[in-house]
Parts: sequence; structure tokens; C-alpha cells
Amino acid sequence: MTDPLIDIRNMEISFANGYVKAVRGVSFQLGREKLGIVGESGSGKSTVGRAIMRLLPSSARTTADRMTFHDIDLLRAGEKQMMDIRGRRIGLILQDPKYSLNPVMRVGEQIAETYRLHYPQAGRKTAEKKVLEMLEAVRIRDPQRVARLYPHEVSGGMGQRIMIAMMLIAEPEVLIADEPTSALDVTVRLDVLALLDELIARRNLGLIFISHDLNLIRKFCDRVLIMYAGRIVEVLKASDLDSARHPYTQGLLASLPSIENPPSRLPTLTRDPSWLTQPTIGI
Amino acid sequence: MIDVENLTVRFGPRSPLVVKGVGFSVPRGTAFGLVGESGCGKSTVLRAISGLNRNYGGRISLDGQPLEPNRSRSFFRSVQMVFQDPYGSLHPRKTVRSQLIEPLRNQNLPINAHIVEDVLKAVGLDPGLGYRFPHQLSGGQRQRVAIARALILDPPVLLLDEPTSALDVSVQAEILNLLADLQKERGLTYLLVSHDMAVIAHLCSRVAIMNAGEIVEETGIDQIRSGAVEHPYSRRLLSASHAYGKQEQRSIEELISF
Repeated sequence: MTDPLIDIRNMEISFANGYVKAVRGVSFQLGREKLGIVGESGSGKSTVGRAIMRLLPSSARTTADRMTFHDIDLLRAGEKQMMDIRGRRIGLILQDPKYSLNPVMRVGEQIAETYRLHYPQAGRKTAEKKVLEMLEAVRIRDPQRVARLYPHEVSGGMGQRIMIAMMLIAEPEVLIADEPTSALDVTVRLDVLALLDELIARRNLGLIFISHDLNLIRKFCDRVLIMYAGRIVEVLKASDLDSARHPYTQGLLASLPSIENPPSRLPTLTRDPSWLTQPTIGI
Repeated sequence: MIDVENLTVRFGPRSPLVVKGVGFSVPRGTAFGLVGESGCGKSTVLRAISGLNRNYGGRISLDGQPLEPNRSRSFFRSVQMVFQDPYGSLHPRKTVRSQLIEPLRNQNLPINAHIVEDVLKAVGLDPGLGYRFPHQLSGGQRQRVAIARALILDPPVLLLDEPTSALDVSVQAEILNLLADLQKERGLTYLLVSHDMAVIAHLCSRVAIMNAGEIVEETGIDQIRSGAVEHPYSRRLLSASHAYGKQEQRSIEELISF
């Protein structure tokens, strides 16, 4: 890959003085693409996302042969430099807008706060105008009215659009979305995904999309990393997911119930200890 | 086995109805699915049937007998419920074994070691797990314990409220298989509530699609599989349940205008 946005080689993350290894030897590069990370709970997928933002608790120990954003070494960057990167150059969208928005602040003010934090020279008027533009960009019909609402007054889908607006207003180059649609209903999910897709294409961003939902990743992303017990067991193009070679990926796909032609019994996964040591398939 | 006629539920005397005259019937030994999005009232219907919410209007009958809003103790020997979140529905400071014998004690039934062992084996757990606490079990094991607790009274009817939505897909597959096996072995009647069309399609033979407190369509599973649903909301829900993709972009535009 020429000039990746994010380059990670052999990342290891452990908790509790190295006793619990959450991420083991993860390497990948992110270009201007939609990269999916799939895995079950506890596979370390969210930990990877947070490590890039350096948002892990102080009990976490992160090491890597290389962990860069452009040519900034994320492992050695000072806290001040990280403050410039977080939000401004790499944005993070979390799962549930209900818990990630400030409940006692109007949503418009929250979005403006982000903008003015990253563009301190901008005045109140400019920020306000920017907020309304951004709310319109995430297809909120009446931005004037919505900007004055509190988070409990908006629906889940609208809350997630507000989160996206807040993340994109500082115009980051990379977006990390950690289960951005898991808390949403299926019909609302489609709207939010279509919107995310459009905004990413228009702004030419790099996206890391973390999810447990294989079907979603398959249709939405360009490339997929499959994580199991802190390791990437397989990397492949999202369109080739059906021809996955790793038994874990195959097992995950087979265990999904289907609407059209459900099997009488769903195949279940038999976990093989050798998955913990085998090299990654498909690089 | 379960007949619901014109069920209405409201929370508070002046508040609007959240369930607006829902009716359906579930024949003995079949699995019936209620599907819909959050806030459509599907769980509220289930809570009214289970007796957790006594303030409802309309008629609910079990096995042809109309039920009083205050359920009798014997009702719970026929109908048991499995909840969504096994982390929240098990007592954190009681062993699996003591939670399992609680329904027996409530019903003044004899308690012996075999019953607990048998029910743990029936849900695919090692009987030795009976001496553990919930936090010492995995999510899938906990949901198996919750199913065991529902089964220990050997009820003919199980009410399942999103039984797999807190679980990983590989664990969800195990629980769905277990539920399908138990139904076959014991001839159970299931009423399954879920937001996931694929889960409903896997277990149920008939499905009611709910929106805004009403059943908009009741249909057979074959119609769901072939996509032959009639109501615009059902079509919308079904097409959204298929995964996101470029070819669906056009239909999203249609959905937004809908």
C-alpha cells in the first residue's frame, strides 16, 4: 500500500501487568478505504480502535514495532500532540448515542463545542453556521429546530446522525466507528449507513468499521480483518467473504440464521487451539 | 394454546395506548413469532400474557380458559418466560442450583437432586455447573441456565423475549438449536419476541409483524421467506432485514420518502 494513513505492525496490548493479553501481534495498514474489523465479544476489536486513539485506561500496556498515523508515531506522541489528533484528525463514533452525548447540553451546542475546540480562532457565529451546515449534511430536515433539542428529545437514529455530524465537523481524515449501528433498529440502520457511506466517499476518508455483524461488514466495507482472541486470523476482500479459508470465518458465516433458506440445524463453532498460533491467512 | 383477543395496554390513565387491540392465537406445539422495531409494543404484549403487567384490557386465554389479570400460582406451572439478558435475569449471589430449585419451592413441589441434574443436562450443561455463581459462567451458559429455570416446572408454554440478542452469533446458533431441539422433544408451545427477522424465521412457523402498537400483518413463515408480505411496513422491515448493500441504495431513497 502506498502511503497508508495508519500503519500498525505487531501491536500487543496487555492489561493487569501483562497477565491478560487482549491483542497479540496485530498488523494492518489503512488507506483511503473502508476497512472492517469483525470478531466476537472479547476478540480485542474495540481495544485496537481505542489504542489508535490512545484512549485505553492507564492499566493497559501497548507495544508495537510500528504504530503511525501519517508519519506521527502514535506510541511516542505526547498527550498534547494526541489532543490535536483526537477528533481533529481521527474521529471516533461510538455505539450508543444515548451514552455518548452530554444529556444536559443542547445538541447544537455540543457540536459547536467540538468545532471551536479544534478551530479556536472561529467565532460563535461561524461555529453556529457550521453546525447547521453539518446537521444538513447528515440529512436532518429541520437543523434550526434540532440544534436546540436535548439528547433525550431525539430518536436513536437522529442521535447517531448527530454523533456523526459532531465527528465530521472538524474534518478528520480517518474515522473509527465502533459498532455505530448496533443500537439502532434495522430500518434506521440503513439510513445511517447510507449516510456514512456517502460522507466517506465525498470526503475521501479512511474508515475503520468495528462490528460483530458479518453481513453488514460484507456489504459495507472494502476489506475485512477477522479477529479471534486478540489476533487477526484472516484478511480478505469483503466481496470474497464467501470464499473465506479460515475455519473460524467459515464457522461464523455458517452460524448466521437466514431468512430465505434456514438450515434445520445451525452449525456451531468448534474452537481449535491452533487458531491461537497459526499465521494470518490472506495477506 | 394461547389466545389473545383485542389486547390493549396503556401506562397511566390518561396516556395513549401502547398496545392497540392486538389479537392472535398460537396452536399447541407451534412456535409463533412477534417481530417489530423498538417501541412497537411487542415486549409489552409478552409481559401482559406472562402476568408481569396486570393492567391490560381484552382477553387472554390459555388452553381455552380465560385468564384473570391476577394470575394464579398454577398458571406459572404452565407458562414460563426467558428474558433477553441473562446477565440481568439471574440472581448474582445465588448459585445456579439454588436459583433452579426456587420455582419448585414456590410451587410446593418436592425438591430432589435428580430434577436439577436432569434439567441442566437437558439444556446441555454439565450438572457440576450447578454449584457455580452466574459470574462464573459465559453468556451462552447463563442463557442456558435461564432456559433451565424456565423448564424445571415442565411447562407446556415458553414465552421468549429476545432470547439471543445479547449473545454472539456463534453462541446464538447454539441457543437457537437448543430451543429447536427442546420444542421437538417436549412438544412445547413458543411465543417468541424478537427484532431479528432471521431469528424468528429460524424458529417460528407463523409470524405477526407489529408496528406502533398494532399487528399490521400476520403471515406464514413461507411468505416471509419468499418475501410475499403485503403490508408496506412489513415489506420495509423485511427489505431492511436483508443486509445493507449498494443495490439497496435505491430502495433506501424510497424508504425515506415512505
